Amino acid sequence: MKVLVPVKRVIDYNVKVRVKADGSGVDLANVKMSMNPFDEIAVEEAIRLKEAGKADEVIAVSIGVKQAQETLRTALAMGADRAILIVAADDVHQDIEPLAVAKILAKVVADEQPGLVLCGKQAIDNDMNATGQMLAALLGWSQATFANKVDVDGDHAVVTREVDGGLQTVKVKMPAVISADLRLNEPRYATLPNIMKAKKKPLVEQTAADLGVDVAPRLTVVKTSEPATRAAGIKVGSVDELVAKLKEKGVV
Amino acid sequence: MAVLLLAEVAGGALATDAVAKTLTAVAPLGEVHVLVAGQGGDAAAAEAATLQGVSKVLFAGDHGFCHMLAEPVAELVVGMAGTYSHIVAPATTDAKNILPRVAALLDVMVLTDVTAVVDADTFERPIYAGNAIQTVKSGDTVKVLSVRTSAFEAAGAGNAAPVEAVGTTASTGLSEWVEDKVAESDRPELTSAKIVVSGGRGVGSEDDFALIEKLADKLGAAVGASRAAVDSGFAPNDWQVGQTGKVVAPDLYIAVGISGAIQHLAGMKDSKVIVAINKDEEAPIFQVADYGLVADLFQAVPELTDKL
Ligand SMILES: Cc1cc2nc3c(=O)[nH]c(=O)nc-3n(C[C@H](O)[C@H](O)[C@H](O)COP(=O)(O)OP(=O)(O)OC[C@H]3O[C@@H](n4cnc5c(N)ncnc54)[C@H](O)[C@@H]3O)c2cc1C
Ligand SMILES: Nc1ncnc2c1ncn2[C@@H]1O[C@H](COP(=O)(O)O)[C@@H](O)[C@H]1O
Repeated sequence: MKVLVPVKRVIDYNVKVRVKADGSGVDLANVKMSMNPFDEIAVEEAIRLKEAGKADEVIAVSIGVKQAQETLRTALAMGADRAILIVAADDVHQDIEPLAVAKILAKVVADEQPGLVLCGKQAIDNDMNATGQMLAALLGWSQATFANKVDVDGDHAVVTREVDGGLQTVKVKMPAVISADLRLNEPRYATLPNIMKAKKKPLVEQTAADLGVDVAPRLTVVKTSEPATRAAGIKVGSVDELVAKLKEKGVV
Repeated sequence: MAVLLLAEVAGGALATDAVAKTLTAVAPLGEVHVLVAGQGGDAAAAEAATLQGVSKVLFAGDHGFCHMLAEPVAELVVGMAGTYSHIVAPATTDAKNILPRVAALLDVMVLTDVTAVVDADTFERPIYAGNAIQTVKSGDTVKVLSVRTSAFEAAGAGNAAPVEAVGTTASTGLSEWVEDKVAESDRPELTSAKIVVSGGRGVGSEDDFALIEKLADKLGAAVGASRAAVDSGFAPNDWQVGQTGKVVAPDLYIAVGISGAIQHLAGMKDSKVIVAINKDEEAPIFQVADYGLVADLFQAVPELTDKL
């Protein structure tokens, strides 16, 4: 079985995001970019499936600007076998919407015929939490989102999901789309020798146009603004003072 | 055109607070029909009919819609989509699972975690862990959106809308429910609680998390946690507050032994009053706290529990 892992190049999760003064977006020029943290978890899970003999090949795929090559090299250094880059934008500020990403991924799935797509639950830039579900819909496949434990067994997978009430376990028919949540695993670091090896692994490039997918956005961004800031608070010197303040405020 | 609101049902009961807040969000968009799905949901449907702003409740009682599996429920919603301008739901894990599937089947984009409805096509939603707010206008014919309930007040009760049965049977085969592990608790639910007490890595162990729970119980509060506390096994996953956990905006949020990473702030910085207890006076949580107490939590929390 082949496993396809979509990985997105996003602003590093440690970077303080700055909204541009003219309201046109956030500033991504010269900002540290990394693989979306949830996608690292998805890559790790795919590699573990291969190590357990349940997958033969792990293919990382990224959609976006040319620089997403770096993200794919990271996936290769972690242990993915090969990578596909679909160039769909020139400007680093142009985000490809989940619906368009899902349509592109559906084409890649048609070409590669994977038995499983393992994606992240959410991209930490647009915070959409949509692509995996949309892909499953377009393919008519089953889906198991927010996975905390995945057990692939022949023609089905048993997946425990992190849900509002606790944990839910579902059994899905393969092929399936599974999206990774935070506690599915702890992704490995790429070692230096593996980073060197990754440079020689195959990475092919195509464009969204090659695949015949229209990536024109359905949503127009009218403006991007700063969230409301909180008024500065105070430090209290003791528990007694804290209790007095809370009573004054009428919240306890 | 009307709005179809997919109701959240938890443990057979309507998640009334979440549905009532979603009703407030979408009230300007037109008449609202609430869809309750799943066998045994009769009581939930009846409850939904009492909420202000509901003009009709649709009840799809087939067994196959139980547990809100995405594949059959998305198909049900798509089958009913024809006459609606908007398809909405509170941004719960069920809706996050189902709505993008609905949107893709309708060939439209989805808007998740909407915090403001500007007009019928224009919405605000937070991006980058709430560090920016995007105003987006949708060009799609049907708008599919999930609503961040913490941004809205709950609609009231006292209505008596009609309940209509929907005879659709669920398609099966793609996925099946195996089990739920849901902790029973007498505490208020995290996203609707008036007070939330959350513990972080600083609490140190699952046993010591009892300190947090005692303070919460004294206040009649819900208990929350940081990701680090959940990852370390001090607290269950459904207590996680943050960018990728639950978003809360209670009257009072007490953060104990939590540093205040942006991913945590994303889930609580709209709380009305924030208290932080941390032994590190440089902890970023103090930048959003109305009242900061620099102290060892093992002394401060029992003392606070005592004195309240
Ligand atoms: C993709 C992604 C998603 C994430 N999503 C979330 C999310 O949804 N929610 C979330 O919370 N985090 C999330 N995080 C993690 C986040 O970045 C932080 O790592 C996490 O919030 C830290 O938790 P913490 O504050 O409990 O731990 P730490 O940062 O380790 O802070 C512990 C604090 O406890 C204090 N302390 C220690 N001992 C004591 C004592 N005896 N008395 C008083 N204070 C004490 C310390 O001074 C310190 O400030 C996410 C991260 C990523 C990458
Ligand atoms: N441009 C992209 N390239 C590759 N994978 C993506 C892209 N956008 C989204 N994904 C995948 O879909 C997941 C969810 O993203 P989103 O729906 O944007 O929150 C991510 O964690 C990735 O696995």
